[in-house]
Amino acid sequence: MIAILKYNAGNSTSVENAVNRLGYETRITDDISVLQAADKVIFPGVGEASTAMNYLKAKGLDDVIKSLKQPVLGICLGMQLLCQSSEEGDTEALGIFTANVLKFPPKNLVPHIGWNNLIEIKGKLFSGVTAQNDFYFVHSYYAEICEETIAINDYILPFSAALQKDNFYATQFHPEKSAQPGIQILKNFLNL
Amino acid sequence: MLKKRIIPCLDIKDGRTVKGINFEDIKDAGDPIELAQRYVEEGADELVFLDITATLENRKTLTHLVTRIASEINIPFTVGGGINSLEDAKAIIDSGADKITINSSAILRPELISEIARYYGNQCVVLAIDVKFISNEWMVFRNGGKVATGISAIEWAKKGLEMGSGEILLTSMNNDGTQNGFALAITKLIAESVSIPVIASGGAGSQNHFSDVFTQTKATGALAASVFHFGQIPISELKFFLQTKNIPVRL
Repeated sequence: MIAILKYNAGNSTSVENAVNRLGYETRITDDISVLQAADKVIFPGVGEASTAMNYLKAKGLDDVIKSLKQPVLGICLGMQLLCQSSEEGDTEALGIFTANVLKFPPKNLVPHIGWNNLIEIKGKLFSGVTAQNDFYFVHSYYAEICEETIAINDYILPFSAALQKDNFYATQFHPEKSAQPGIQILKNFLNL
Repeated sequence: MLKKRIIPCLDIKDGRTVKGINFEDIKDAGDPIELAQRYVEEGADELVFLDITATLENRKTLTHLVTRIASEINIPFTVGGGINSLEDAKAIIDSGADKITINSSAILRPELISEIARYYGNQCVVLAIDVKFISNEWMVFRNGGKVATGISAIEWAKKGLEMGSGEILLTSMNNDGTQNGFALAITKLIAESVSIPVIASGGAGSQNHFSDVFTQTKATGALAASVFHFGQIPISELKFFLQTKNIPVRL
């Protein structure tokens, strides 16, 4: 069973649909025992960082997420909340990854919305994916490049498009909205 | 490199796709789910669904449709039509839409933009602006183009940005349905006046019209309906054509 973390930053439905289409059973849940028992946990998120983080803390989910031992996939805001901190709402985040999350300087259109390709991709999450594949991004804040960076995107400046440390995986782009290459990423994660 | 987006728009009435000319003379253009799936296969980058009737009784039909679209489509999609409150927006987003688009309701009460943006983030709010060139000026119209607002297009676009919109969907009523090309002048002006993405809409009739809007303006997306619905311009061919013009597209 694949657990999808339920919290106040939707939209979990798209992630659930995508995982179901791949033939996996899912539960959208904030139940700590269900999260801990799941084969894998997906930490999605579209929303504002400090509001989301406060909610996780209030529910005691911050410590639960940090202590998960199975593969975890953070998506978009989910990824940003796995970093050290976010400039959005001056938020102290979960600190799995060493990167800080910063606001894009206004040197091009912000939010970064649309399809963009990756560079310097590495690791199992990206098997079958090439630098020609485009993924769907929609964000105004970016994670710095750090030692856990496993893919880079260059928009305004180079930033972490994906991160990995131990059992924690994360993408800034939305694999569930990225057509065939996105499905490949989800498959790779679910096959870990 | 960020790709230019090709966005088919599906106008929805009573659960069916329809298409009008100059905002009138509506005709049937098929089942929205079938069309949406065809567009995904052809390589559309995003989809926009606009409920053009947007009456209370159609609300449920629309949310059911959104749920069905979300369960079958793995590219981003935006839904609009009759969203007058944060509650309306929540119903659409909770059904599985990625973004909502608002138009008349934002003109009547600009705070609606901020309310939705604060809850879901700026990227979730697409401000649709219908403009018409009258007395030598581009002016904003509301209620499907029926009501003049007396607001200048450029002024409203800037206000929309300030209130928290993440994108602007700009439709020229003069061009819509004519297939004579996008309104390049106003698209260029607005795309240079705001720091958020602008999607050009209205008037696409040939592949060249798409390359024109991408080379002559800073629009990051181009939206069309009829030329896609009736197979006049297959999206995959359009993208290969744009690539030959050195316009970055997702293939």
